[in-house]
Amino acid sequence: MSLDRRKFLGITALSSATLLTGSTHAHEIESKTDEVYGVLVDTVVCIGCRKCEWACNQEHGLSDKDLKSYEDKSVFKEHRRPNASAYTVVNEYRDPADSSKAYSMKVQCMHCNEPACVSACIVGALEKNELGSVDYDAWKCIGCRYCIIACPFQVPAYEYENPLTPQIRKCTFCHERVAKGESPACVSICPNEALTFGPRSKLIDLAHSRFKANPGRYHEHVYGENEVGGTSWMYLTAVDTKHTELPVLSAAPLPPLTEIIQHGIFKSFVPPLALYALLGLIMHTIGDKNEEQEVKE
Amino acid sequence: MSHHEIAVPMKAKFFSTGTKIVFAIMLAGMAAVAYRFIAGLGAATNLDDQYPWGIWIAIDVASGVALAAGGFTTALLVEIFHKDKYHAIIRPALLTAMLGYTFVAIGVTVDLGRYYNIWHVMLPDMWQGNSVLFEVGMCVMIYLTVLYIEFIPVVVERFKGKVNLPSPLSFLNGIIEWFLSIADRTLGRFVSLFVIAGVVLSCMHQSSLGTLMLIAPFKTHVLWNTPISPLLFLLSAIAVGFPMVIFESILASRSFKLKPELGILSSLARYTPALLGVYLGIKIGDITIREAWPAVLESSPQSWSWIVEMVFGVIIPIIILATPRFRKSIGGLFTAATMVILGVALNRINYFVIAYKPVYADYPYFPTFIEILVTVGFISALVLLYRACVMIFPVISVPVGQEPKKEEDGSRITSPF
Ligand code: SF4
Ligand code: SF4
Ligand code: SF4
Repeated sequence: MSLDRRKFLGITALSSATLLTGSTHAHEIESKTDEVYGVLVDTVVCIGCRKCEWACNQEHGLSDKDLKSYEDKSVFKEHRRPNASAYTVVNEYRDPADSSKAYSMKVQCMHCNEPACVSACIVGALEKNELGSVDYDAWKCIGCRYCIIACPFQVPAYEYENPLTPQIRKCTFCHERVAKGESPACVSICPNEALTFGPRSKLIDLAHSRFKANPGRYHEHVYGENEVGGTSWMYLTAVDTKHTELPVLSAAPLPPLTEIIQHGIFKSFVPPLALYALLGLIMHTIGDKNEEQEVKE
Repeated sequence: MSHHEIAVPMKAKFFSTGTKIVFAIMLAGMAAVAYRFIAGLGAATNLDDQYPWGIWIAIDVASGVALAAGGFTTALLVEIFHKDKYHAIIRPALLTAMLGYTFVAIGVTVDLGRYYNIWHVMLPDMWQGNSVLFEVGMCVMIYLTVLYIEFIPVVVERFKGKVNLPSPLSFLNGIIEWFLSIADRTLGRFVSLFVIAGVVLSCMHQSSLGTLMLIAPFKTHVLWNTPISPLLFLLSAIAVGFPMVIFESILASRSFKLKPELGILSSLARYTPALLGVYLGIKIGDITIREAWPAVLESSPQSWSWIVEMVFGVIIPIIILATPRFRKSIGGLFTAATMVILGVALNRINYFVIAYKPVYADYPYFPTFIEILVTVGFISALVLLYRACVMIFPVISVPVGQEPKKEEDGSRITSPF
């Protein structure tokens, strides 16, 4: 297993945290994050045509509205979120310095490298695929919605209106297409270079070459390169991302804290067994001796 | 062991006026549950993609677990530390825990979208050791089983040698009798193993409930977003255990016209200021270390809720119970116990609902009438079942010689513990 430096530093920090819980389990995830596929969303060149929305809806049978109806730009007036019947939506953000400058931003599941939703899921219904997608298995799911709580991007949507077989719904990263070597439906239809599909590390290189080739056009930060441990989908923006709908997140992945606590008290079983032994000992040795003492009180 | 008290089934008319009202609320709650299953969560609740968890998780599940903590704290006190003078509170606390956890399990089922898959949690190939919820689920399931096992001796005591089902079922009499006598002979020897297991399991999941939101630090208000939240959950659960016992004991004596055991209850209440004090100290230390005091004063719904939680749920009860005059009065005990209980419940509501900040919050969450009805309905059902159980089984203790007129076997009460 080859660890890149950032990862290594992360593990060192975590190991010191494990000392606190007395656990020897460091948070280990195979470092395959640079081999996975990803998509670079370049909001600077996105024209807001919403063809990606149409293609996604077609691919997943979510809507049969014709392509023409997606030319309606009035939807940009309100901020939309992906929901149970739309895995991706295009929103608009403006340059805070010059509000006449508007940019479009497609949003969907980020397919995190260390997904909080996967770590949270009680039955393993969500899994990070080695190609990069975070996949959902409805058959396993119990509908607890803890994944929704956990996701820092507020992505997983749930079929609240379905009383019997509600599912978690979110972007699938078209994992069947990707497995066949094709690009996701949205990327295939995108008329310009707003969406680029490829190995994640190549996308990061591409981002930096765009920064270099177009000085001043970009806020030179690849959103998703490091956020919450990195994401498969990454964003280029014209302005600081804090002026967009992308949440401000730190670089530390989210699962380690809870996983360290969990592994510390649960997986190794040492603390519970020690507590068991201690209580057994107390129960046995104190005996009924203090009964007399008690009566006096 | 010389006990001056014995546990006996209570005698009263089951349906008092109060009971009838509670029964009606329970029926309304059941109708609301039916509506949730037929129409779905979307129709019945205000839950959505912004607010996936509401009062069912915060009250029915999280507060339910916390308020059932009397089961393991009394077990710890009486059966592990052998403070035998409190022997009489073991069974009421055990019954509360058993029924409390039963309703936690039912409450979870109502909240789960795909409730029929709940058994997946038990399938080893779906075990997900990274998931906090998995640990909570597992512990709750095992602990519920342990509680039922711990209650078996009470059932044995009541029915052994007296199983007498009416004619269509009478063929079962022999079998049940056989089970009871087996249980009687074996359990006595093993029950202490289960008692310790119950304490360990409780410590694990009581704390893990406080780990749940640590996966979402960016969505949790700073006042509750602390890595020691599991410790705070455990400490507050331990602190609320005895107040819950006191609260129920006072209500039960009123309801069954018994003299409240003031001596035992106020001496039990001596532990509470200390336990709450430790909790308060750590909580204050945590806020100080994380430099979160400005958030206390920010005058938001969250900060006010935090202040109410701490002042009314922790500080005032400490003062009341640390004052001997109040601690030795039924009124003082009852007031303080109620405040601690509501304080811990508010803490759980704060943690899971008030402190939750969706990334894109367009509106605040407030439960629907149906959600409230379901929660209130479950609490009513719990109260009624408790009443039924203490009338059927020997749970509540009375001084020897004062037991209500009862069947032939009053003499055969031996403590299984
Ligand atoms: S964006 Fe949310 S749903 Fe998607 S992988 Fe990351 S944590 Fe999971
Ligand atoms: S709702 Fe389903 S996918 Fe999400 S955490 Fe629960 S079981 Fe897992
Ligand atoms: S298809 Fe491409 S250009 Fe059109 S809105 Fe989607 S990402 Fe932007």
